[in-house]
Amino acid sequence: MIYTIPQKELINPGHLACQGCGGALALRTVLKTLGENTILTFPACCWSVIDGPFPYSAVKVPLFHTAFETAAVTAAGVKAGVKKAQDPNTISVAWAGDGGTFDIGIQALSGAAERNEDMFYFVYDNEAYMNTGVQRSSATPKGAWTTTTPTQSPKKERKKDLVSIIAAHAVPYIATACVAYPEDLTKKLEKAKKIKGFKFFHIFAPCPPGWKINPQDTIRIAKMAVENKMFPLFEIEDGEKYTINMPNPKKEKNVPVNEYILKQGRFRHLKEDDINEIQAFVDKRWEKLKKLAEI
Amino acid sequence: MSTQKVLMGNHALSWGAVTSRVQVISAYPITPQTQVVELLSEMCTDGTLDAEFIKVESEHSAMAACIGASAAGARTFTATSAQGLALMHEMLHWAVGGRLPVVMGNINRAMAPPWTIWTEQTDSLSQRDTGWLQVYASSNQEVYDSVLMAYKIAENRKVSLPMMIVLDAFFLSHTSENVIMIDQNKADAYLPKYDPEFKLDVKNPHTFGGLTTPDWYMELRYNIQKGMDDSYQVIRDAQSEFKSVFGRDYGMVEEYKCEDADVILVGMATAASTGKESIDILRNKGVKAGLLRIRYFRPFPFEDVRRVLKNAKQILVLDRNLSPGLGGITFQEVKSAMYNEKNKPPIYGFIMGLGGRDITVESITNLFEHAKKNDPQDIIWMEVKK
Repeated sequence: MIYTIPQKELINPGHLACQGCGGALALRTVLKTLGENTILTFPACCWSVIDGPFPYSAVKVPLFHTAFETAAVTAAGVKAGVKKAQDPNTISVAWAGDGGTFDIGIQALSGAAERNEDMFYFVYDNEAYMNTGVQRSSATPKGAWTTTTPTQSPKKERKKDLVSIIAAHAVPYIATACVAYPEDLTKKLEKAKKIKGFKFFHIFAPCPPGWKINPQDTIRIAKMAVENKMFPLFEIEDGEKYTINMPNPKKEKNVPVNEYILKQGRFRHLKEDDINEIQAFVDKRWEKLKKLAEI
Repeated sequence: MSTQKVLMGNHALSWGAVTSRVQVISAYPITPQTQVVELLSEMCTDGTLDAEFIKVESEHSAMAACIGASAAGARTFTATSAQGLALMHEMLHWAVGGRLPVVMGNINRAMAPPWTIWTEQTDSLSQRDTGWLQVYASSNQEVYDSVLMAYKIAENRKVSLPMMIVLDAFFLSHTSENVIMIDQNKADAYLPKYDPEFKLDVKNPHTFGGLTTPDWYMELRYNIQKGMDDSYQVIRDAQSEFKSVFGRDYGMVEEYKCEDADVILVGMATAASTGKESIDILRNKGVKAGLLRIRYFRPFPFEDVRRVLKNAKQILVLDRNLSPGLGGITFQEVKSAMYNEKNKPPIYGFIMGLGGRDITVESITNLFEHAKKNDPQDIIWMEVKK
């Protein structure tokens, strides 16, 4: 089934994103579906810079810049505010990077999820603190180079399984999405718009300078991550009903992670054994996800 | 005939929020503040108050929620104490920079470690450079009245800054006093609906707080100071309107027998109200003593302080707080207020009553005894085991 993505742009051209920025693409797609009756809250993240500088702003909806660790709760406050002082149907959106979500913002995020605040939370995940110059976050995958995990000692820990943490809060809706699949993202947004309560979106958003890839390869790399199950697409309803929604299940059978790894400068130092270990981890996680989805 | 209630200081804050028709409350429990929000959550449930109550997971989030709601145009309230206020610190700046008139009750409690729950002013005075207006109360009536006035002042477009109502742990927070309640119709006439000049509005979208280069940041800080400068008149107007409608008279400071006083004690909060009795005792003994209670710490009431103190022969400042390496915080402000005056009376800086230690009538008369016999010093520790 082909989904039509709304045409109206709510992001102005001339913003400050790097070429090929997955995060910029992600917000552009999301706002098209959420529409004009939306208020955005940004914590410190790439978008704090992409949007500006004052007095310019790249977004055509109201936007509140807030402190690093407060995206979820500030957006919950905005929702309570519009409920009492304006239109209660206005959509309140927290839009945060992986550092502001997986690390410093997880307390406020967990609080908002536990209270089942009627809002959207989006993490555009570029797998490190890119805005400050590529430092590791708990969303950085094992083996990756960052400026705080040098090639002599790349990241030793696995990427935090944040979606499972949010699922443990039994929120009504969780989705993973990827900038390479805007139809899938749009379809999920349409569905989530009808749901009252906490909606969590984990969007995979490559970062050319941070991943050391060519800007023109953003979509190609993002597609690979879905095809090889580094970043599978799925939904979780009420914290327990898992639905896998891979775009091309036949084509995606047994796609190895090699090409994805080798195409990125941040993984250049990895040896064959390291890549095999990543493959084993991805395979194990995929089997677990299939079990959860009862396939 | 006005209704009266017997209220603890904490519940005087809660009722102040009700009388002010707050729309969004967000808070986190901490002793000795907890009763403020316990009563408010009951009131939000039983319909006494039509407000959203966001029960957050930390004080940092409580302030962030108030900031979000205030930016969306709602009247917001929270309350905290000590560690909670310290945790909020980053967001206190955010409320100021965002020019958001959040109103908060802070119950003065000493900072840990070691764990303590008793009164001291170091928690709120540590926040004096954030840009919050601060008013210190000495009775539960004053606590209750201050909430209504706080919104009137903070929401004034000339000010547009957040405001903190500060009261002593236990001496006010848990002490019951008679409080004359304000008629709701009169309160509504005194404090109309919050109508901000700018808000998060989908019909008129704006961006708030985006990246600002050195070309513009300084102007925004200048405007915050201008808000503080303009707040003096806004406060006076709010107080005089309050007096004409409700009959109770508040100033930026309270003067007690200062007109002809040779020795004036300067203090804040309940310690200063205890001091009134000491002044009476000293007066009976023929000492020309007076008392100046500072209500507003921010903006600092320079004019009032200079006017009251300029003819004194000695000034005694009582601080229930400490800035280590400096001394009493009120002392520093009073001293700087007097520096450019022609008549500069000697100023004594007394530290007393930290961590909730009692400040008695006798403790305060002793300050006058000390000043009679000794030269002035910046830090004079009283009643401390050295």
